Amino acid sequence: MPDKKDIVFKGVAASPGIAIGKVFFVEGDDFHPVCREIPKNAIETEKMRLNNAVEKTRAEFKAIYAKIDETLGKNYAQIADVHLLILDDPIMKKDVYKLIDCGINAEYAVFKVVDNIVRSFESIENDYFRERKLDIQDTGKKIIGYLLGRQRKNLASLTKGSIVVSHNLTPADTMAIRERLVKGFVTDIGGKTSHTAVVAQGLSIPAVVGLKVISSQVMTGDIIIVDGNKGEVILNPTSETIAKYKREFVVQSEKKKELEKLKDLLAETPDNHKVLIFANIDNPDEIQSVLSSGATGIGLYRTEFIYFNRVNMPSEREHFENYSMVVKMMSPYPTVIRTFDLGGDKLTKIGLLNVEQEKNPFLGLRAIRLCLKYPEIFIDQLKGILKASAYGKVKLMYPMVSGVEELCEVNKILDEVKRNLKKENVKFDEEMEVGAMIEVPSAAMIIDAIAKEVDFVSIGTNDLIQYTLAIDRINENVVNLYDPLHPAILRFIKKIIEESHKAGITVSICGEMAGDPYYAPILLGFGLDQFSVSPTQVPEIKRVIRSISFVDAEKISEKVLKCGDRESVLKIINATYA
Amino acid sequence: MKEEIIVVSNKMGLHARPAAMLVQTTNKYRSAIKILKDDFEVNAKSIMGVMALAAGCGSALRFIADGPDENEVLAAVKSLFESMVD
Repeated sequence: MPDKKDIVFKGVAASPGIAIGKVFFVEGDDFHPVCREIPKNAIETEKMRLNNAVEKTRAEFKAIYAKIDETLGKNYAQIADVHLLILDDPIMKKDVYKLIDCGINAEYAVFKVVDNIVRSFESIENDYFRERKLDIQDTGKKIIGYLLGRQRKNLASLTKGSIVVSHNLTPADTMAIRERLVKGFVTDIGGKTSHTAVVAQGLSIPAVVGLKVISSQVMTGDIIIVDGNKGEVILNPTSETIAKYKREFVVQSEKKKELEKLKDLLAETPDNHKVLIFANIDNPDEIQSVLSSGATGIGLYRTEFIYFNRVNMPSEREHFENYSMVVKMMSPYPTVIRTFDLGGDKLTKIGLLNVEQEKNPFLGLRAIRLCLKYPEIFIDQLKGILKASAYGKVKLMYPMVSGVEELCEVNKILDEVKRNLKKENVKFDEEMEVGAMIEVPSAAMIIDAIAKEVDFVSIGTNDLIQYTLAIDRINENVVNLYDPLHPAILRFIKKIIEESHKAGITVSICGEMAGDPYYAPILLGFGLDQFSVSPTQVPEIKRVIRSISFVDAEKISEKVLKCGDRESVLKIINATYA
Repeated sequence: MKEEIIVVSNKMGLHARPAAMLVQTTNKYRSAIKILKDDFEVNAKSIMGVMALAAGCGSALRFIADGPDENEVLAAVKSLFESMVD
């Protein structure tokens, strides 16, 4: 083809590897709500859901309004006024309410009403007035978006071997993606620890995120190269570029084979200090990649997937089946099951719960806080986990622990569940270990007290960094400040390990930090017992552990702890690698 | 019930911005108010209705108000149209 030129986009390398394939484009706001019947007694709730979505849309428009006002002036801002007026339009409200009263779900009601109005605009001859329908459509889409929790049409129509490109992928989207179908992920927003990145790593699929504008540049069917090592995406590559990447793909496959040879070797330093390397998983599908990675356990089994893409709460039986399957396959190695780490907002969005929308869900009613408020949800999960413990080695872990009181309260619930199971003569492991995830700075600070209440702890570095540094890791404006090497984080980790060892319990890290070979020597030197990483990173971390002596690692760690700034930390680490 | 016929005289007609101003005005009053253009009738408190009128320059609009402040709302609408120049 003449005049073909590589178009290179630079983003964040979210999951390593190279993929060459065709784009499957997922629209940002193309909603196709389905019509559902609402039972009579839920009609008021449905209206509340609508009002909630309208208020959110209003807030969004107001923010846009303020921005336009600031940059272009009042006259332009009045155009944004139109959107706000559409939200309050009596026709809109009356007709949507009418449909809901007939037992139709809010999203479909909005879709239908907007569709009708838009149709009446279509017959207008004047171009200007006809185009006003776009304002109405935009407003409708926004409301539906909030109602659906921004779930898009699912990815069921994915064609084999495609590379998924989207503005953003929600957890529900990524959950819908079948492992074998997708070759790569590419998104406009997100960072190294965004959900897409975590899922892509879990599935060993190359991913580049944070590309800002890529979704507006591609179409389904375009040829694209994803370089998950460098964080680059190449659109319309020339045949030379394709050939180059194919060669690189072969080289990397070779390297991967080398690492695979490490599979059955111990994670042991040359001076005989042993650590454990475990794997993190998001759903049972990943178990095969764990088994082939050489991991000697699952250090973090995230259980959120059970709650996605459904209309009712998962039953105790579903919990049990999803856990026991993994536990059996991992046996005799342990599986650490983390109770669900969702916000009430997420469960409300998928319609499983109905709690007030929060301004700041990361600091809101989530994880064990939610479990304590709605123990019935939690109890079903605990029963499922306990029952699964009869089939292998299960450890239970609580997320988002912020103090000792919370731990005592959840343990009380656990004891109650155990007592009931005993009464029913259900088999479970009575000695099942219980641990806390340390990801809230308050828990890190009082780790000595927490360590007395649990059998193990695991540091969730992603959230610990986010909460300690006050960085929202999906906010593009501050994501560059997200830094695992911030001296405050390093000192926290050291403190957690030291105090836990004093109390005689082991420490794991299950955040992204543990899976980055660059940080491995420091964590090793801190005395970390267990690295829990995505299955793809298991061999690489093992390689690093087997190449550095524990004595040297301890020396590096001591030096690093004295640093007060990132630059000095970097100098020390880079000297190690030189 | 009161009514008033107003001819749209600004060049662009009742486009998005004037439509927004009109709806903001009518919503300040309690009376019901509708607009008839030929035989097409819309609620003057509905932005979508007003935009769907597609009232260009020169269209004659019949405003019909009914309620406790029907005189006031019609006066306000009238002065709004008088102030519209683009």
